[in-house]
Amino acid sequence: MIVFEKPKALADVPFHYCPGCTHGIIHRLVAEAIDELGIEGQTIGVAPVGCSVFAYNYFNCDMVEAAHGRAPAVATGLKRSDPENHIVFTYQGDGDLASIGMAETVHAATRNENITIIFVNNAIYGMTGGQMAPTSLPGQVTQTSPYGRDPKHCGYPVKVCEMLSQLEGPEYLERVAVNNIKNIRAAKKAIKKAFENQIQGKGFSLVEVLSSCPTNWGMTPQKALEWIDEAMIPYYPLGVYKDRSAE
Amino acid sequence: MAEKVLMKGNEAIAEAAILAGCRHYFGYPITPQTEIAAYMAKRMPKIGGCFLQAESEVAAINMVYGLASTGKRVMTSSSSPGISLKAEGLSYMAGSDLPALVVNVQRGGPGLGGIQPSQSDYFQATRGGGHGDYHMIVLAPASVQEMASLTFKGFDLAEKYRVTSMILADGTMGQMMEPVELEMGEVNEHDKSWAVTGTKMARKHNIINSLSLNSEQLEQQNFERFERYKKIEENEVMYEEFMMDDAEICVVAFGIASRVSKNAIMEARAKGIKVGMIRPITLWPFPKKALETAAEKCKAFISVELSMGQMIEDVELAIRCKRPVTLCNRVGGMIPSSEQVLATIEQVQGGLE
Repeated sequence: MIVFEKPKALADVPFHYCPGCTHGIIHRLVAEAIDELGIEGQTIGVAPVGCSVFAYNYFNCDMVEAAHGRAPAVATGLKRSDPENHIVFTYQGDGDLASIGMAETVHAATRNENITIIFVNNAIYGMTGGQMAPTSLPGQVTQTSPYGRDPKHCGYPVKVCEMLSQLEGPEYLERVAVNNIKNIRAAKKAIKKAFENQIQGKGFSLVEVLSSCPTNWGMTPQKALEWIDEAMIPYYPLGVYKDRSAE
Repeated sequence: MAEKVLMKGNEAIAEAAILAGCRHYFGYPITPQTEIAAYMAKRMPKIGGCFLQAESEVAAINMVYGLASTGKRVMTSSSSPGISLKAEGLSYMAGSDLPALVVNVQRGGPGLGGIQPSQSDYFQATRGGGHGDYHMIVLAPASVQEMASLTFKGFDLAEKYRVTSMILADGTMGQMMEPVELEMGEVNEHDKSWAVTGTKMARKHNIINSLSLNSEQLEQQNFERFERYKKIEENEVMYEEFMMDDAEICVVAFGIASRVSKNAIMEARAKGIKVGMIRPITLWPFPKKALETAAEKCKAFISVELSMGQMIEDVELAIRCKRPVTLCNRVGGMIPSSEQVLATIEQVQGGLE
């Protein structure tokens, strides 16, 4: 008897992610949502530049690889091509979405573009080897903040959900984490809702997922998951930041 | 004979795009091409199309990238500084083999430059504009009629070869009004099996992508792309010959410079000077063979440009520097007068005697 299966929307190829990285969990949650909603055949995903650049190989739906930060603009084109039939999601990291792609993010949100954004925030540039991200915490040591991030020198981290919640446009903004079973279950619910909103034509739905990067944080996988609780969640509180339908 | 309507060059581009089946336009305002966006904003909602003003040229070209990925016809338009911003997207579209039409109504540069006509984006357009080995098909209209007909053709060529077509016009072409015949003929169908429109659970997923970390594979992709470019060079070169039969001096000019040059050539002919013109209509592929053939009979060439000598390099390359090439130019938004071109023709003629 099979009691646990790989979601059908996930391709049968090995992930390239480092041991202990939580991208794999987030991929799985996205694929589960696609399976449960029965939308694989009409879904088009957009991969970013960053650690999840190869996401186009990992999902069985049609996929597009975007330039760094441009995923929401690419998604806009994909969605506007056939708004009735295309289900479009982007999967982006913090450097991609909150630094180089900030304009595309904010304007897709303010247009209430009917797309789903999975925003993976691990407070670091992973693919390039651990540089300071727009979401790196004050004091956080990275390759380009070797003495710890000093807000006096390079400013403060960007709180994406809080910032976007000030806009009239977006339908749904929620921050979740994937560092324990309880949080993963809540993350799954949020991701599924972000797709359901799109199916129902409600508009821009972004789920920020606090994710771990043991390799570039210089921690064991176990310690990295604890660091999300100890350091990240106090700075980036979990919860719903905007839900127009619930208002 | 179909009915002619009086149109501005920019509007002719927009209407021809609609006739070519383009139903999606993404752009950002910039002088001197904003009439294209204004026309699209008015027309698209009436015909079930989509006009969307993007937050930047960068976003606009990436919306084009997304739309083109679905296999539908899409365009953007801008002017010189905006095209620089789109260069990233142009490179990605080349790397992903996506067809689209991009219009550059050039203005004087570099930097913010001015808003008057220019041809100083010649290098940028004919060499691709962004990073990496690639080309766009570059079409240079010299009348409002050609603004329309080359737009229509540009969409077809883009889909046929899976490349970006660029209309390289200038402020004069965009702003001037002339009668246009809008009978454009049938829209050709091209293979779209590569497009992302949802698998419908009936095929393996399609991936639109320009990343390839395997060097051998990336090299092969470049080779394959350049095989297509070779076919374009063999089949799609367009140019006009004007009074070339007995010409001893050959003027090379495109766009507004070619119109000024025609007047100068007529005046020179009246003075007994045997001068003609080759007007490239495709700047890439450049009409190399036509120029090479001309170099057998012509003793001298003149490149008339609204730039500091950009096309002149292609002229010299095409004729393998067998004949002297003289530059006749104005820049910064200035247009060479027919008197200036005539003076250059007379000066070159003087050198031959």
